Amino acid sequence: MGQFKSQEEQVEWRQTSNRMKQFPGLRVKTYLFLLLIAFFAPLGNVLLGKGMKDVGTARNWQPRELLHILTRIFTSGYIWFGVVCLLAFFVAYTLVLTWADYSFVQPASAFSYAIVAILGLLVLGEKVNLLRWSGIAVICLGVLIVSDTHPRAPEKQ
Amino acid sequence: MLELIFLFLVIGAGTGGELCVSRAMKALGEVHDFRPAALMQFVWRAARVAWMWVGIGLMTVAFFSLLALLSMENVSFVVPVTAMSYAAGAAGAALFLRERVTKQRWLGVLVVCLGVTLVWLSRR
Repeated sequence: MGQFKSQEEQVEWRQTSNRMKQFPGLRVKTYLFLLLIAFFAPLGNVLLGKGMKDVGTARNWQPRELLHILTRIFTSGYIWFGVVCLLAFFVAYTLVLTWADYSFVQPASAFSYAIVAILGLLVLGEKVNLLRWSGIAVICLGVLIVSDTHPRAPEKQ
Repeated sequence: MLELIFLFLVIGAGTGGELCVSRAMKALGEVHDFRPAALMQFVWRAARVAWMWVGIGLMTVAFFSLLALLSMENVSFVVPVTAMSYAAGAAGAALFLRERVTKQRWLGVLVVCLGVTLVWLSRR
C-alpha cells in the first residue's frame, strides 16, 4: 500500500479491490480483451506498413496523383487484410471501454508497440537500432507502471 | 516537416476520435451479452449516438494520416512514435471524460513519453 500518498487513495483502492473480489470475471474479461487488442493492433499495422511500402509515397498533391495513390491503396490486399485486423482490434477496444476506463485501456494496450517492432524486424526486415529498442523498452516500462493500476477508477471527479 | 504534420494528425485526430467513441460507449453502458444478435442490437444502438459518428470521422482522418506516414517511414518507427497520444489521451480522459487519472498512471504516461523521445532520436 506504500504507493498511496493519502488515506483517501487507500480507501478508494480498498473499495475497488473489494469490487474485483466480488466480480473476478471482470478482471479476467478485461485482460482477455487486452490480449486481443495486443494481437490485432500490431498485426494490422505491420500489414498496413507492408501495403504502403508497395503503394509508395505521393510525388505531389495533384488530384490525379492522389487518386492514383488512393486506387492503389484500395486495391492492395495487404491493406484490406490490415484493415480487417484493425477492425477486430477496434471491436475489442470499444467493447472493453464499456466497463474499463479509457485512461487504463489505452496505456495497457501499448504492448503492441513492442510487438510491432519485433514484427517489423522479422517480417518486413526493417533495421531497428539499439536506441530504438531502448525507446521501445522504456515505453514498455511505462506500460508496466500503468498496468499496475486498476481497470476501473473507483470514483469519478 | 510533412511527417510532423501527419504525426500531429494521427495523434490529435486519433486521440480525439477515441475519446468521442469512449464517451459514446460510456453512454451506452457495459456489455454483458456477447451473443451475435445482442451485439448487433448494441451496434445499432451505438450508431444512433452522435459522439460515435464524430469519433469515427476523426479516426478516419487519423487512419489516412497513418497510411501516409507508413509510406514515408518504417512501421517500427511510426507506430512507437504514435504513443505520444498517451499524454493527449490521459489529459483528455481527465478533462473530457471526467475520469480520475491517478498519479501512478500519470507517471506511466510520462515514462512512455520518454520512450517515444528515444525512438524519435533513433531516426537520425
